[in-house]
Amino acid sequence: MNVTGEVGNFTITVKEHPRYVDMSKCIACGECAVKCPKKVNDSYNAGTGKRKAIYVKYPQAVPLKYQIDADNCIWLKKPGRCGACVKACPADAINFDAVEHIHEIEVGSVILSPGTSFFDPSDSGVYGYGEYPNVVTAMQLERYLSASGPTEGHLVRPSDGKPVRKMAFLQCVGSRDRNLCGNEYCSSVCCMYAVKEAVIAKDHVPGLEASVFYMDMRTHGKGFDEYYQRAKNESGVRFVRCRVNGVEPEGDNGDLRLHYVNEKGQQIEDYFDLVVLSVGLETPKPAMELAERVGIRLTSHNFAAVSDFAPVSTSRDGVFTCGTFSGPKDIPQSVVEGSAAAAVAAKVLSPVRHELARKKTFPAERDIMAEELRIGVFVCHCGSNIAGYVDVEAVADYSATLPGVVHVERNLFTCSQDTQDLMVRIIQENKLNRVVVAACTPRTHEQLFHETIRAAGLNEYLFEMANIRNQNSWVHTGDKAAATQKANDLTRMAVAKISWQGPLENVVVPITRRALVIGGGISGMAVALNLASQGFPVDLIERSKVLGGNGLHLHNTWSGENVPLRVAKMVDQIIWHDLVTVHMESEVIEAEGYVGNFRSIIKSRNGSELTIDHGVTVVTTGAKRFLPDEYGYQKYREVVSALEFDKLCEINDKHVRKSKSFVFIQCVGSRDSDHNYCSKVCCTHSVQSAIALKEEDSSRSVYILYRDMRTYGQRELLYRKARELGVVFVNYEIHGKPKVDKDEDGFIVEVWDHVLHRPLLIHADMIILAAAIIPSSGVKKLAQLYKVSLDGQGFFQEAHAKLRPVDFATDGLFVAGMAHYPKPVEESIAQALAASARAATLLSRDKMTLDGIKAEVDPEFCDGCALCVDVCPYHAITLLEKTDDKGDVHKLISINKAHCKGCGLCQGTCPKRGVSVAGFSLKQLESQVEAALAV
Amino acid sequence: MSFEPKIIAFCCNWCSYAAADLAGTSRMQYPSNVRIVRVMCSGMVHPELVLRAFNQGADGVMVLG
Repeated sequence: MNVTGEVGNFTITVKEHPRYVDMSKCIACGECAVKCPKKVNDSYNAGTGKRKAIYVKYPQAVPLKYQIDADNCIWLKKPGRCGACVKACPADAINFDAVEHIHEIEVGSVILSPGTSFFDPSDSGVYGYGEYPNVVTAMQLERYLSASGPTEGHLVRPSDGKPVRKMAFLQCVGSRDRNLCGNEYCSSVCCMYAVKEAVIAKDHVPGLEASVFYMDMRTHGKGFDEYYQRAKNESGVRFVRCRVNGVEPEGDNGDLRLHYVNEKGQQIEDYFDLVVLSVGLETPKPAMELAERVGIRLTSHNFAAVSDFAPVSTSRDGVFTCGTFSGPKDIPQSVVEGSAAAAVAAKVLSPVRHELARKKTFPAERDIMAEELRIGVFVCHCGSNIAGYVDVEAVADYSATLPGVVHVERNLFTCSQDTQDLMVRIIQENKLNRVVVAACTPRTHEQLFHETIRAAGLNEYLFEMANIRNQNSWVHTGDKAAATQKANDLTRMAVAKISWQGPLENVVVPITRRALVIGGGISGMAVALNLASQGFPVDLIERSKVLGGNGLHLHNTWSGENVPLRVAKMVDQIIWHDLVTVHMESEVIEAEGYVGNFRSIIKSRNGSELTIDHGVTVVTTGAKRFLPDEYGYQKYREVVSALEFDKLCEINDKHVRKSKSFVFIQCVGSRDSDHNYCSKVCCTHSVQSAIALKEEDSSRSVYILYRDMRTYGQRELLYRKARELGVVFVNYEIHGKPKVDKDEDGFIVEVWDHVLHRPLLIHADMIILAAAIIPSSGVKKLAQLYKVSLDGQGFFQEAHAKLRPVDFATDGLFVAGMAHYPKPVEESIAQALAASARAATLLSRDKMTLDGIKAEVDPEFCDGCALCVDVCPYHAITLLEKTDDKGDVHKLISINKAHCKGCGLCQGTCPKRGVSVAGFSLKQLESQVEAALAV
Repeated sequence: MSFEPKIIAFCCNWCSYAAADLAGTSRMQYPSNVRIVRVMCSGMVHPELVLRAFNQGADGVMVLG
């Protein structure tokens, strides 16, 4: 509602809308929605399906609790008229008297992340949307393709439910379009989502024909270009570069007719079952209103205004943003910015870190090792969710007969607070030493019960769940006898497994609260500055004699911010910061250790070595420029790379001064066989240079020869500006690269013109090559030292492209900047801040607790064959050799529990039963299988 | 009486086990012959375990991950 105060001391006013369902009581059984008579359009399914007025937004919603849509609920419109949900709810969770609440919250920093909405084509009726049922948006297609969508993933035509055989994607609907909607920017994500949806659709429907009609294929993210090529070459998606004139109905059977001009200049008429509009991103209206209330500046396209050097800071001090609110962007970049916003927010909050933290206390653990089995089984009714389909009394009676079981209890809701208290009492009174709960799924409730039995003085791992709801009562609703039998079996399996379970200790790892940052470019400096400002000491290693990396070669960011000034300021801050130690002309030569406990040895050029103990490692080694070997580069001084051209312009070089015709050639070394990826920044760079040339002297001829113009996001406005200034853009394809010939007047560049359909000869005085960005030298060695992976192109491989974009698969190691993939300044800084936030989650503690589900060695059986060493994905296993008194060598593996994730690949590989995962040992799994098949 | 197979399914906690839970949330109905054993990764399922299941009377074994 409102944000008053100032950085470090805000008061925010929040309005909480009533949900009409008591979250503490709702068990998400869904009975209410079954009985609710009111059907409404389901906005989650983009209007492709229906939901009830009482609903969960989608099946995976967190928390999984129902809510009432007040605009459609019959009772809330006219009290007394319905109330079906009240009668249906077994947990008495419906509360029609709920009212909205106004909360005032004191905070130090604020992060705005209101997200995006999609361009709605129904207002303009573009391409017949709203008129022809078989014209849908990409968001609607997404729901049709989803297994949880309205057609359970079957691709059918909305008009008649017939299977789709031929579909077309129309790109840039509501993006790059001043006339239709004023959204001049590129939405950045639609090319990639269309490619993905086309591939998925073709996977779903064998023989499906999918065509994508596009202007420029903007697949500029990491791995995206390869995906695009696979879509084209392996999946057989057809890509046509053209703007479709219009969509018309063909007859009255729902078919659609498209008119377009193909690459050869021919007029084509084609027919499709389904036309998908790749709609662009827009700032939702409530987000704009929020911006006004909070008092932050928006750009002319209604995105939050940010600086390239502070990409998640809004115009109001202490108010930060992340995701699509500051411009269209994809999931990886949004996730990066989420962490980045956390880093800058934490910088404000670091002086008061942990002040509001509270600690839970538990009684001392009872030693049960000498005790006989005393298992307690708690069978949950879950209201009627289990009891309605399973004879729970029979399950309870049966459980009492199982070996080791001394106490059985039935509960209406085992997870409710009063039952938790009851469980603690029962465990203590009956001296239970193992507990089985037959109820829902351990994935949501195991943690809760772990705490319950800890509260009763038991080790938390002496617990097992039998999943008799999600995997039984809910999926066998029509056969009570079979469901009861299965519930008996599942309980028996759980009892068998827990019988072999002993107490486990959580692994506690100390943390050295110091960071090592490798590489002193913009990213490395941004990491060092953020971590230091949060109070953590940092060692920053730079291989060269200067800080700044590739930032030293740049003039302006895409939005026109001066790079040298900002880099100089960063260098200054680094040098004067008490907590940052800079090691110039140094490289890592040895590294060992694991999360929280790394030890690296660095060597400087003068030969001196230094050992550094650090808790986290951040790799920001950057990238380097590719030296082209085509178009006469290094042969003619008038053929230069983009960075060299910048330098020549800066010194007012005579070649530039006297030249009248400039030709920029894009994708030199990029998107080619050797470097099969997009270097991401070159299109914008060339467009900016071209604009500068034209603004300086409009009589100059400037040509940009490109494959796809990838001025994504708000950069699109630069592309428009260049065209308005008279820069000539000529598209070429990889199989028809431009040819450069030298004559006495200069150069002749020959390129096939796709509009004129004939070769174009351009006279050029200077040729500027947009050369690729390639991985830094020495990355292989560094990757080996820290046991992290490189991708196929030689850039560092993050743990997960979308969900963990700055983490390595190995804990405690992070990556940022161009070491990860070529990217512009603001994306490097966002990633650097994200890596800082991730690093700070470790550095803010002096120790961390990991769960006890870890591999253990059985020295009696392990013969040191080391098969497990190679399969361990976390490098947690090492082979030890010991020589005994007689001089015999004994081999045995050793497990680093800080590295081990308990996946058990070792257990699955070991031929000798020498290693097993505690809590999932072979003995336990065998006993479960045995129990499952016993009856 | 018709043949009722006994099937053991080893399900990875992070994918197929979660999927089996989701099938429940979505009330998808399927035959009750399968008994799921939760594992932390399908890679921890030792071949011996599969053979043992068959040996003890399983008609089918699924390793899902």
